[in-house]
Amino acid sequence: MEQEQKKKKNLKTIREWCKGCGICVAFCPVKVLELENEKVKVLDYDKCTRCGLCELRCPDLAIYLEEDQNE
Amino acid sequence: MSKNVVKLMQGNEACVEGALAAGLQFYAGYPITPSTEIAEICSAKLPLVGGKFIQMEDEIAGMAAIIGASLAGLKSMTATSGPGFSLKQENIGYAAMAQIPCVVVDVMRAGPSTGLPTAPSQGDVMQAKWGTHGDHPTISLTPNSVREAYDLTIRAFNLSEKYRTPVFLLMDEIIGHLRERIEIPNPDEYEVFDRLKPTPNDKNYKAYAVKEGEIVPRMASFGEGFSYHVTGLVYDEYGFPKTDTDVAENLLNHLMSKIDNNVDDIITYEETQTDDAELLIIAYGGVARAASKAVKECREQGMKVGLFRPITLWPFPEKRVNKLTQKSKKVLVVEMNLGQYVIPVHRVKEPDSKVFQYGKVNGEPISPDEIIKKIKEAY
Amino acid sequence: MSLGSPIVKEYFRSDRLPHIWCPGCGHGVIMRGVVMAIDNLKLDKKKVCVVSGIGCSSRASGYMDFNTLHTTHGRALAFATGVKLANPELEVIVVTGDGDCTAIGGNHFIHAARRNIDITTIIFNNKIYGMTGGQYSPATPLHEVGTTAPYGTVDPDFDICKLAVGAGSSYVARSTAYHANQLIKYIQKGIENKGFSVIEAISGCPTYYGRKNKKGDAVDLMNYYKDNALDIKAAEKLPEDKKVGKFLTGEFHHEAKPEYVSEYMKIVEKVQKERSENE
Repeated sequence: MEQEQKKKKNLKTIREWCKGCGICVAFCPVKVLELENEKVKVLDYDKCTRCGLCELRCPDLAIYLEEDQNE
Repeated sequence: MSKNVVKLMQGNEACVEGALAAGLQFYAGYPITPSTEIAEICSAKLPLVGGKFIQMEDEIAGMAAIIGASLAGLKSMTATSGPGFSLKQENIGYAAMAQIPCVVVDVMRAGPSTGLPTAPSQGDVMQAKWGTHGDHPTISLTPNSVREAYDLTIRAFNLSEKYRTPVFLLMDEIIGHLRERIEIPNPDEYEVFDRLKPTPNDKNYKAYAVKEGEIVPRMASFGEGFSYHVTGLVYDEYGFPKTDTDVAENLLNHLMSKIDNNVDDIITYEETQTDDAELLIIAYGGVARAASKAVKECREQGMKVGLFRPITLWPFPEKRVNKLTQKSKKVLVVEMNLGQYVIPVHRVKEPDSKVFQYGKVNGEPISPDEIIKKIKEAY
Repeated sequence: MSLGSPIVKEYFRSDRLPHIWCPGCGHGVIMRGVVMAIDNLKLDKKKVCVVSGIGCSSRASGYMDFNTLHTTHGRALAFATGVKLANPELEVIVVTGDGDCTAIGGNHFIHAARRNIDITTIIFNNKIYGMTGGQYSPATPLHEVGTTAPYGTVDPDFDICKLAVGAGSSYVARSTAYHANQLIKYIQKGIENKGFSVIEAISGCPTYYGRKNKKGDAVDLMNYYKDNALDIKAAEKLPEDKKVGKFLTGEFHHEAKPEYVSEYMKIVEKVQKERSENE
């Protein structure tokens, strides 16, 4: 159930708040994040395991997991 | 009308009794002669009325704690003397900026520095006005009797609640340590004012917006459901820091005008035989007692002398002093410092009125005879 | 539509974001940690009061949607003492920096600890004065550089947790912006502790501390904490040579002690009871 429940949440980013510090990129266990002209970019939403480490260590609250309302 | 209770009371004690009458619920301070009786009496009396007392680690902390307590909704006071008053200045400025009602009692002793700790002075008068950095409103009251210490402490609380600003009770040590007869007023003889509060769960409450026809923002207490922000930075109507020049200008204008537009409500003074006075004495606090005796004796010798005693030292009673100096062509300012309150007198007096100043800083109160001698020299 | 994650929507004044901290500064992580701890404990937002001093750390109070009080430099704990004693129902949390708390605020820090008043103090320790441009602080490690110690400091730095324990705090822990989950747990335990709780949260200041001391950027600082933090329980088992260059994290002290405000309220009740008895 844990894996299933996690699946529903998706990665969201806020470009206006991201300051391109690269912490999320460095510590994403599956390397699905990168910086594109100093803003976070999600390379592969499906490979993301929803572990939440990026949200945990983002100093700018600019990346997070959220259940999609429309699902 | 029930008879008043009459007691023999010390000025410092009367200050506490007045504070309790005004609804004091929180005292934070630090021991310092000649104000410590105020802390001691508060520590004994506040618990009896469900209030709270704390002795903090220094005067800075004492000033900080009363601001915190006021934000939590309690009428708060601290008391100190010169050295402590100096330490409190930054947080006094904070309370003025963030518009926090509180009362600061400064029992003035001979300075500067450690000075003569048990000796009286009036040397903190300008510090009360200019002690902290920047422009900010100032209200300070000075009693010249134990009864007035009682009444003015109530008034200090009322003014601080009404204008949301720190109010100083500038009491020289003469009055602070003086014991004399006092008739305690009955509750129906004085008014107690409480800060205006926002209507409960008012959804669009702006912590620092002033409602139409009101003088200051309504003040919610922390914990009542209005999560608002308080800061010493220049802030906007919501209390959030802003660096815009117009926000800064509007804020400072508000802080100053809420006092300047209401001087008639704030300023009180007492006059003795000033109608036909050719020489006007200006004296306040304990010194005014000697001055009034001097006036009496000089009048008996046929000299047209009068006394103007400001009770509200700040804001300075400009209109009245100017008016009086249109008649009295000579003014003698008598104070226990080397010429502080005389400065604004120079500024507002009529050009053709001559100002004399007699100051004493050796720790001894100024006597009527000294004043009479000065009157005769100037008359 | 206000931006941000559910936590941000619930607990932050998101119209005031993005915050002012530099890219990669650890303070944002710690601020989020404070809010996560509050959320985990399901505290009543109306009863939470965040008091901060002056400096980078202390801008945090403006972003969080509680009763917030941004005070003067070093004095947050003295203001907070007034708030807490006046209304013991409030959950008072102080946000402060290494300089704000242990330099100018040192006297209030040790006395608040001595009293064991129920306040949770979170020290955002970036080992430098960031707001004023990189001067060294009482937490800057000896011989390291700041703009006022261009040749390296000769000031030995505080062990803030030892200072907190020595002064009387009843809960003391240290973690880092990298170990954010552990940090959240410690903040939670600090809030739950009925007494003076100190959580030293080692932040990362790439702009000044990292740059001036050639310790790299935000990621390098995070990695430094990852590689050099040593939990005190693990440290007990390690030989000395393994501890060289490491710094200790974990819970240093947790003790049930009489709490200041409740002790004072006992006196108030006793005194009032005695008076009503002999009236």
